[in-house]
Amino acid sequence: MPVDVRLPTVLRQHAGGMASVKANGTTLAEVFDDLVRQFPGLAGQVVTDNGTLHKFVNVYVNDDDVRYLDKLETKVSDDDVVSILPAVAGGALATN
Amino acid sequence: MALYNSILDLIGDTPLVDVSGLSPNPRVRILVKLEGQNPGGSVKDRVAKSMVEEAEKDGTLVPGQTILESSSGNTGIGLAMVARVKGYPLEVVLPENVSEERKQLLAVWGAEIILSPGREGSNGAMRMAQRLAAENADRWFPFQYGNHANPKAHYEGTGPEIWRDCPEVTHFVAGLGTSGTLVGVGRFLKERKPSVQVWAVEPPAGEMVDGLKSFDEGFVPPIFIEHDGYELLDRKTVVGTRESVEWTVRLCDVGVFAGISSGAVVAGAVRCAQKIDEGVVVAVVADGGWKYLSTGAWTEDIDHVVERARGTIYF
Repeated sequence: MPVDVRLPTVLRQHAGGMASVKANGTTLAEVFDDLVRQFPGLAGQVVTDNGTLHKFVNVYVNDDDVRYLDKLETKVSDDDVVSILPAVAGGALATN
Repeated sequence: MALYNSILDLIGDTPLVDVSGLSPNPRVRILVKLEGQNPGGSVKDRVAKSMVEEAEKDGTLVPGQTILESSSGNTGIGLAMVARVKGYPLEVVLPENVSEERKQLLAVWGAEIILSPGREGSNGAMRMAQRLAAENADRWFPFQYGNHANPKAHYEGTGPEIWRDCPEVTHFVAGLGTSGTLVGVGRFLKERKPSVQVWAVEPPAGEMVDGLKSFDEGFVPPIFIEHDGYELLDRKTVVGTRESVEWTVRLCDVGVFAGISSGAVVAGAVRCAQKIDEGVVVAVVADGGWKYLSTGAWTEDIDHVVERARGTIYF
């Protein structure tokens, strides 16, 4: 059951330059474990060594920030898109 | 009708209007608070007045002193009006890719515009202002992302007004920029009625985040952290440009001519109405549509509008 994971520019160097990768899991924690298994360079980048989200990282399942869902225990399923983005000052650019 | 001693006395006490005709759920009312009714044209009038008057009170801003701030538009415009009336020169660091009307309005009020690189967005404007403020210690730098007078304006103004006009409120929805509206109103409403849910709406992050070399260059507004934003928010959701424009146009069906970020916020309110069984959703319409006429949002083919909006800051 792979989900689509969109990587920000700062992480692509650790994932063979790819902007989007597939990963397996039923929760975000499992998805990130699978990501690190595929791309060991991602270890510690999104999920810190003590198992929490990096302070300046926002992770979205579809359109929703997972900090306000169930954080790393947020459930994901087949058609979900997981997006990882750096946190920046508001008033961002429109692109889609 | 009333007589006011100063235009600044007209800031706040904005109307709350029922737009339930847009609600997809007959058991959910949607109300919008029309912040475009403020004299400078946006919710940021409240923040500008609050930051300036707090600094006058504590002596960090003295008569005639130059004010320096970064803004993607509305804070700059609000500050420019307040500064003009009170006699302070103003310099605004503005990303070069904001709508033309935002630059024109700053010029109307006599503010000096310092352009920052467009692809760095509001983040880049903020960093440039921080650098300029450090290099020019004679300037007063309000720093809206870290200024407690920002959420205070909403805790003492916007929040109590909503509570006075609609104690039935169950959900509050607003755009997330500095987070001042969300943490100020969110705290006030939850203190009165802990069951109130607070939803934040964000624009898509876009290309501006590509410039960061690592996550450690990221930024979370200090007021968000210091005012318990992580605890106050119940949901944070991204609304894309197309959906934002669609709802900006649909708002005209109920007679509301609003800016594009308000379309995003109303789209968020509609998603909220779809997810809940019943309730009263209060959403903040941050400004009117005047500053966005050049986007063609209301009159042109939506594909063209969305394409033109690419790389433009509208939040």
